[in-house]
Amino acid sequence: MSANIPLAQAPEGFFTERDPEDLDCVAQGGFCPDWILENFDRYVDPFFQHVFLTVVSVTIGFAIAFGLGLLAHRQRWLTAPLTAVTSILYTIPSIALFLLLLPLTGRGNTTALIALIAYTQLIIFRNVVNGLRQVPPDVVDSALGMGLTPMQTLLRVEVPMALPEILAGLRIAASTTVGLATLAFFAGAGGLGAEIAAQITFQSNVVVAGGLAVLLASALDLAALGLQKALMPWERKAVVG
Amino acid sequence: MTPAFISDFVDAIELIFTPQRSDFGTDVGGLTEFVDFTSTHLLVSLVAIVAAVAIAVPIGIYLGHIGRFQFLAVSISNIGRAVPVLALIAFFIAFVGVGFTNVALVLLLLAIPPILTNAYVGTSQVDPDTVDSARGMGFSEWQVLTRVELPLAMSTIFGGIRTSSVNVVATATIAPFANVDTLGVPIINDNVYGGSGQLAAAIVVALITLAVDGGLGGLQRAATPKGLKLAAQSGGAPRRRLFGLIPRRSVQPS
Repeated sequence: MSANIPLAQAPEGFFTERDPEDLDCVAQGGFCPDWILENFDRYVDPFFQHVFLTVVSVTIGFAIAFGLGLLAHRQRWLTAPLTAVTSILYTIPSIALFLLLLPLTGRGNTTALIALIAYTQLIIFRNVVNGLRQVPPDVVDSALGMGLTPMQTLLRVEVPMALPEILAGLRIAASTTVGLATLAFFAGAGGLGAEIAAQITFQSNVVVAGGLAVLLASALDLAALGLQKALMPWERKAVVG
Repeated sequence: MTPAFISDFVDAIELIFTPQRSDFGTDVGGLTEFVDFTSTHLLVSLVAIVAAVAIAVPIGIYLGHIGRFQFLAVSISNIGRAVPVLALIAFFIAFVGVGFTNVALVLLLLAIPPILTNAYVGTSQVDPDTVDSARGMGFSEWQVLTRVELPLAMSTIFGGIRTSSVNVVATATIAPFANVDTLGVPIINDNVYGGSGQLAAAIVVALITLAVDGGLGGLQRAATPKGLKLAAQSGGAPRRRLFGLIPRRSVQPS
């Protein structure tokens, strides 16, 4: 019985207005601007749940992956095993990972967040390591020669020089996580994906929920770009000069 | 590590091999059914990937060879990343309809961006000096492409195909939303298959994806010219650009 997938009709309780034309549009599962305006409320909570899942998992994921990246930079031998582990995590399909975690952590935000954090690791870790590795050796030597300790060199010279790459990783992680969070409903964590899946043949619903996800991804991308500008004032000057 | 947690997984693995009675009184699971789901899963993925390779590799290589339209080749993959696949499938179901072709089309759209971008990047980042030397030695434009640029770009191109394949196989899981019976059936119809069925399908999907990733990784290594492998092994090489290939690729937006 694969028939628990909703067919091409709007579920009951949708016909809030008596405008016959509007009712017709909804009944056919079409794209109905009037319906969207009237029912926009129902997307507010899922949207903020989606924001919550994305922001929390990217923030925690960044903290972990950045720390691991610094560690792997100081202890080179750790790079290969950490890359291998994060790659395997990244390769396991998100739906499968959500479900594989269910027996361990149960349905809800915890499971969704663990899986989403796991997916940010490879992207951010790889970019942190590559960014640090591409700092010219001469610059590091100069810093050490000027009497900076290795820790100071790392934090004041290497990390700032690697920022473009590190933040590129953050941006990609953010937009990827928005996409993956649309599947978080498999872990019982709701989000915009739950709305999409609930009435997958209803065009208005799909357009609004899907559109909100794309908007969220774009907004986070812009925010990360703003962060990049704020953290790297010298880049701005370089563009002007 | 509670026994309850272990028995969940044991039940799930049992359901893959022997059919179980569901709450609805019908038998679900079993090897025949899972082989069926798996073959549909792999078939729809394969169709999409082969079509995507046929479309995106030539375009990417051509654009990389002439070194133009970088913005197009790279930004397509950025936009692609932001669109949730579920929304894409939903969009196609809502506006085009359900079925095998439909799912293959969605997966094709999903597969094109990484392949296109990697084919472009791989070809365009071959060291210009190497290309000039080849021209100086009297290679025709076609020879430059097939004997110099392509071998040097091969590893990157395969990297794109590998990324896409993993994405496609993972995404084919939500194909039952469009009435194609892939391994997603037990996952989406969890009221029939129960938690064990869901978990069983998740295990199979995860294993298949890891196998596809591993297999294509082997192919990628086999397709990398010997010279590049030697250079990558020797110490200190990663600091410098290697024949114009970025040593260990990290992803860059825009």
